[in-house]
Amino acid sequence: MAQDARSASEPVAVTLSVNGETHSVEIPPSATLLDVLRERLHLTGSKKGCDQGQCGACTVLVDGRRVNSCLQLAVMNDGREITTIEGLGRPEELHPLQAAFVAHDAFQCGYCTPGQICSAVGMLDEGHAHGPEEIRELMSGNLCRCGAYTNIVEAIEEVRSAREAPTLKTPKLEAAE
Amino acid sequence: MNFSYTRATTVGDAIQAVAGDPQARFIAGGTNLVDLMKYDVERPGRLVDITRLPLKAIEQTADGGLKIGALVPNSDLAYDARIERDYPLLASAILAGASAQLRNAATTGGNLLQRTRCYYFYDAGVPCNKREPGSGCPAKTGVNRIHAILGASDACIATHPSDMCVALAALGATVHVEGPDGARVIAFEDFHRLPGDTPEKDNTLAHGEMVTAVELPAPRFGQNHTYLKLRDRLSYAFALVSVAAAIELDGDVVSEARIALGGVAHKPWRVPEAEALLKGKLPSSGAFEEAADRLLKGAVGHGENDFKIELARRAVVRALSQAAAGTPQVQSNKIVN
Repeated sequence: MAQDARSASEPVAVTLSVNGETHSVEIPPSATLLDVLRERLHLTGSKKGCDQGQCGACTVLVDGRRVNSCLQLAVMNDGREITTIEGLGRPEELHPLQAAFVAHDAFQCGYCTPGQICSAVGMLDEGHAHGPEEIRELMSGNLCRCGAYTNIVEAIEEVRSAREAPTLKTPKLEAAE
Repeated sequence: MNFSYTRATTVGDAIQAVAGDPQARFIAGGTNLVDLMKYDVERPGRLVDITRLPLKAIEQTADGGLKIGALVPNSDLAYDARIERDYPLLASAILAGASAQLRNAATTGGNLLQRTRCYYFYDAGVPCNKREPGSGCPAKTGVNRIHAILGASDACIATHPSDMCVALAALGATVHVEGPDGARVIAFEDFHRLPGDTPEKDNTLAHGEMVTAVELPAPRFGQNHTYLKLRDRLSYAFALVSVAAAIELDGDVVSEARIALGGVAHKPWRVPEAEALLKGKLPSSGAFEEAADRLLKGAVGHGENDFKIELARRAVVRALSQAAAGTPQVQSNKIVN
């Protein structure tokens, strides 16, 4: 983003809670949440795709709600609970959506994947997707230039339907793989 | 982006901070303002953060309507049980717009205040009368597929991009604002304006005035409504043409009709005379075509958007048919019936 010739804005002190950990940083008020996550906190899972709120690669959860972190000023998120892809699971203990993305081969290059998964977590918590058609519509803010949409929808639908049916929770999902 | 930042704790403080500084702007969801700042289109010297103000409630009004706080996120509004039940046209229009992430961040007041998506307005390297008054309008003879066919001026052919506002226009909402000189209520049709010779003004707010709420009148129209949005891809795209239609039937006869168009003008487009043509008539394609022709009277294309005139005419007829049949357009399955 262009910095103009005027004197730099005074840095401001901001406290961000990211994946349960509290971080105090001094940042210019113009810093986006995405840039602070990546450049200051070195959480590079959230990706910068378009930097204009059009591609969804930067999607994170703020107080549990999915938003485009490239359009959020970090200073405005002072005190909010941020969850990034790094906070959803660990390599040895994947989040069910991460496991489903692997099982369904729901990516090619993987650049959009952290945003896709954070967005899907937010969407399932919102509770307005009841099948593949609604998943496609409510995930339309996440673009995949490799075109893995078919498998992305299948992965999310598997987790969604497992959640919805009380008898088909995670153990059965794993057993089916 | 180079600005100072203040977080307001009361509406009065926020208004004072912005009213006293010509370079100051309110910021809430930021989904449009931050984007425009990155493009160097908006260059505020100071941002006043209003997101922590107590404007997040949806309250019943004395006359049976709802008063929606300016900071209610678009998604919360669309999925509010009262909105889903009593104002399904509004819920549908909101869900037709943007993406889920943007709807989570964008606010009710901010939706009204979003700026045009005209390519020339967004490109700080070319002239634009809206961005730099007097510099010219390349859109008139340029790439203008998304531009206005109604109410445009020699200075500007930009459109207002909101879906939500098209429904609010059809429903006859009002906008509550507060400013340094006190509070006032603006009828929805008087909130946004046509470009005329001053396209830099999108609406009738004075500097320092803040939208505090949007009020809906008591619910009506039942299931006889639709929001039909036509665009270049099935989801997450601005409207080429959209129609918010609502009909009240007395027996078989239309007793009241509302039609608002999106994507065709600098503001949601309503023509009371077109709506009046339907009163007392049986719903029929002939009656709908007559209303559509009246609504589009004076429409002018600018080359690439000539197609919008016929597209809008047909969309109005289709939307009125959906509304009359009580089969509103579904926003997940985009098949148009």
